[in-house]
Amino acid sequence: MTAVVAALERRLWFRPSTSWIVPAALVGVAVFLVVGSLRSSLFAQQTISGLANGGIYASLAVALVLIYRATEVINFAQGALATFTTYVAWQLMAWGLSYWPAFACTLGIAFAGGFLVELVAIRPVERRGSQITAVIAAIGLLILVEGSVGWIWGNQVKFMPAPFPSHIYNVGGVAFSRQDLSTIGISIAAVLVLWLFFRFTKVGLAMRAAAVRPQAARLVGVRVSWMLSLGWGLAAVLGAVAGMMAAASPSVLLQPSMMDGILIYAFAAAVVGGLESAAGAVIGALLIGVLLNLLGSYVSWVTPQLLLPVAFVVMLIVLLVKPSGLFGRTRVRRV
Amino acid sequence: MRLRRATAASVAVTVVVAAVIALLPLTLSNYHRATGASVAVFFVAILALNIVTGYTGQISIGHGAFMAVGGYTTAILTHDHGWSDLPTLPAAAIVGFVAGVIVGLPALRFHGVYLALTTFAVALAVPQLAKNYPNFTGGTEGLALPTHSGLWLYEVGWAVAGVMFVIAWFLLRGRTGRAFRAVRDSEVAAASSGVTLAVYKTVAFGISAAMAGVAGSVYVLVNNFVNPDVFGLTLSLYILIGAVVGGLGSLWGVLVGAAFIQLLPIALTTSHISSSQSVPVIFGAVVIGVMALLPLGAANLLRVALHFGSQSRQSSDIHLGTEGR
Repeated sequence: MTAVVAALERRLWFRPSTSWIVPAALVGVAVFLVVGSLRSSLFAQQTISGLANGGIYASLAVALVLIYRATEVINFAQGALATFTTYVAWQLMAWGLSYWPAFACTLGIAFAGGFLVELVAIRPVERRGSQITAVIAAIGLLILVEGSVGWIWGNQVKFMPAPFPSHIYNVGGVAFSRQDLSTIGISIAAVLVLWLFFRFTKVGLAMRAAAVRPQAARLVGVRVSWMLSLGWGLAAVLGAVAGMMAAASPSVLLQPSMMDGILIYAFAAAVVGGLESAAGAVIGALLIGVLLNLLGSYVSWVTPQLLLPVAFVVMLIVLLVKPSGLFGRTRVRRV
Repeated sequence: MRLRRATAASVAVTVVVAAVIALLPLTLSNYHRATGASVAVFFVAILALNIVTGYTGQISIGHGAFMAVGGYTTAILTHDHGWSDLPTLPAAAIVGFVAGVIVGLPALRFHGVYLALTTFAVALAVPQLAKNYPNFTGGTEGLALPTHSGLWLYEVGWAVAGVMFVIAWFLLRGRTGRAFRAVRDSEVAAASSGVTLAVYKTVAFGISAAMAGVAGSVYVLVNNFVNPDVFGLTLSLYILIGAVVGGLGSLWGVLVGAAFIQLLPIALTTSHISSSQSVPVIFGAVVIGVMALLPLGAANLLRVALHFGSQSRQSSDIHLGTEGR
């Protein structure tokens, strides 16, 4: 076990970069946002709702990181799975459950669903070992899951009941919607619970070991393949949180393609964070959320249609300038 | 000598297939001719994807975006600038080539997963751009184009497909094709044998995108309209499905893949086995099944059947992009 723990010490969840530039830049951004918020109430409102969007992206981005760290596969179906679970929540509520019981049931169903998907669809492909095969299988899963949402529930837009009464808090002339604040709170809580799970439980330790050193973990008695299924289950739970928070927001409609755009923002967030760091993905997601919201409200030519291309350009710049992201390890490719 | 005999056999099969395709419209209704033309569109698009993903090993999930570029070139030139239909096809190829080189440049630095991410984002971003500049592209409503008879579309579609197939054939047989495959199988080995990775990867992306652009412009002619939703994510994913089902790295599989994408949904809905809603579900399940059981697709089915048991399992795995791990 010591070997595994030692390996983990070298690869912590939050792996700060040795360079001072990244933390300094982050502090700079934080100062800019706080000063801006103090000087203008519009700026403050846009920052808060940007953070709320960022919270949604963060849940999805952490789910992507979770699976990427374990298997080096980007789960292109993460958004579709989130949409599916959101429809499950909608269905439960249509059957008469109230919001929070439906929310809890959905998380349970999402966990079982993610676990099963790994077992049935991903594991047989994984055995063949090539990365591109796994990517294409994930694309197949995306088509399958998004298609079954349309098949089961139809392509018409559905209306999700709001979890919170539309209350507005007024703090010093700045209006904060309860919706935004709760979204931030729930997303952060979800990520935090997951972090505690990985940090302090034995299963969490086993999962990290399985991700970092599969061979060594197997030797000390960790069932690596079950840990991968478990990881997919947890990722699906995070996705479900993201999906339900997204459906509750007034700017997103519940339809089969609901998460397509959000998935790109989560990709961008995960890439900004370095694809392997969960904390990096959260910070990346909050940055992307705030950046897009501020650009959308202050730069006149950035229309809602352009937000996705802008996120793409951000991702491209990060990949070209610092491919390991803000918090990722620099990889050395041996020739 | 064996090689030459194999080539002769391939040429013979190609001639027979071409003859069947050429004679088929005589027995088809006008509607089915148009369907046949859209099979040709997917044939060209899957061929294009196969050059860059199947032969050069650079995954692209965003080929619908290149089709969009070509399609919009045709639509804008005919709708706003008074061009007639066919001269816009070379223009679409040129614009597509430029777009491909632009996307291919970052691809020089990205590997496997990162390239998949970037091209996926391109597939989603390009329709958004088309929506954002309505004066240029017609916005969400799109642009309408003159209609054509089913026979005209069929002939144009398959003539284009034939030309593209011949181009791909010669390209992949010779020096360039060998370089592409070397890049796919091992970048290190390719580079040390004198293959300039940057040049060949960019060229592969450019040629592939040029072909996809032509496919897009024929697609627009078949549909006789264009709007951003025509070139949505689904289109990109369907091209990938076709390439996977037919077999990455095989020219023979392209026809199978194109027929699968276009004809299976029609077969399912007209025979009332299942509704059109279930088509994506079936497609997704097929892709996962192919990846789990037969990663080289339909084209390899025969090969596997012939050599069952005698070959090692390793040889039926794809070796695309594994370098970047």
